[in-house]
Amino acid sequence: MAVDREAQFHVLAVDDSLIDRKLIERLLKTSSYQVTTVDSGSKALELLGLREDQDISSPSSPDKNEIAVNLVITDYCMPGMTGYDLLKKIKGSSSLKDVPVVIMSSENVPSRINRCLEGGAEEFFLKPIQLSDLIRLRPYMLKGKLKEQQPSQHQETNSSTISSCSSNNNSKSNKRKAMDEGLSPEKTRPRFSSSSLALVSYEETA
Amino acid sequence: MSLMALREQLNVLVNSMFLEGLLDQQFRQLQMLQDASSPGFVAEVITLFCEDSERMLTELTKLLDQAVVDYQKVDAYVHQLKGSSSSVGAQNVKLACIQFKQFCEENNKEGCLSALNMVKHQYYSLRSKFDTMLQLEQRIQAYGSEQQN
Repeated sequence: MAVDREAQFHVLAVDDSLIDRKLIERLLKTSSYQVTTVDSGSKALELLGLREDQDISSPSSPDKNEIAVNLVITDYCMPGMTGYDLLKKIKGSSSLKDVPVVIMSSENVPSRINRCLEGGAEEFFLKPIQLSDLIRLRPYMLKGKLKEQQPSQHQETNSSTISSCSSNNNSKSNKRKAMDEGLSPEKTRPRFSSSSLALVSYEETA
Repeated sequence: MSLMALREQLNVLVNSMFLEGLLDQQFRQLQMLQDASSPGFVAEVITLFCEDSERMLTELTKLLDQAVVDYQKVDAYVHQLKGSSSSVGAQNVKLACIQFKQFCEENNKEGCLSALNMVKHQYYSLRSKFDTMLQLEQRIQAYGSEQQN
């Protein structure tokens, strides 16, 4: 993967909890990613160059604080704009829709997880996030970089995002679906976090 | 006390906290994230957690003191506290918060009051051990970077 010789990947982390921001920042830095953290979806959009009331960024007038990111990782439950809202804004923007988005939540709610995945999220992680979870981010960032380097052959922008996500990644199996099959709540979490499988989808463990 | 003895004391303390259920494996993750480039990470997170938690416990006490309790606000704070305790590995506090949430969802004031007391009890037990931990950690750090590995 030739892109490795380039500058580091840059991750934008969004979480209203200060402690969780500290944690995700450390996790990401330990994994050699460059990190910017913000405490809200609206700040995230601002940094990405997208105002809340717009669907396109203004290419000819970059805001002073605008940054380029290879991935957005966001908490789901936030006051104001939720992680899901943020996801939809990003995926609905012509300039940002190819930025991979990962959602985190402290709650294992299958319908929520599905909604996010169907909304275009690459992964859904249960908190607390482990180092081993972050390894899963790399392919998404690489994919993003490769796309940048190619002439844009977009999948239909109107099509359901789930198919465009999975087909590029050969990775239906990479999707984290915490369905009810055999997954009971909180108590099983330690099992996932201590294993190198991390929070992996069912296809791999079935 | 020698560096080695200090380290030993810290290990014994932390291990006992695991055994008592005060901490869970998430705390190990925090420890793993501390390294030469971030030597104060655990201390920083613990300190933040304590400040945050005490602020929330104060708010929760006020909210439950009202004649008419705003359960939505209570739930929001409990959710936050549950989240941060989970993130730092504060197991007993987290479990107490889960109970608390139940009562909150039922709009059960008595239950909430008793759950709040439980959370406080767990938090302050943890807090006193965290204080000792931080003191030991500080003394260890003071030995200088060349001895930290």
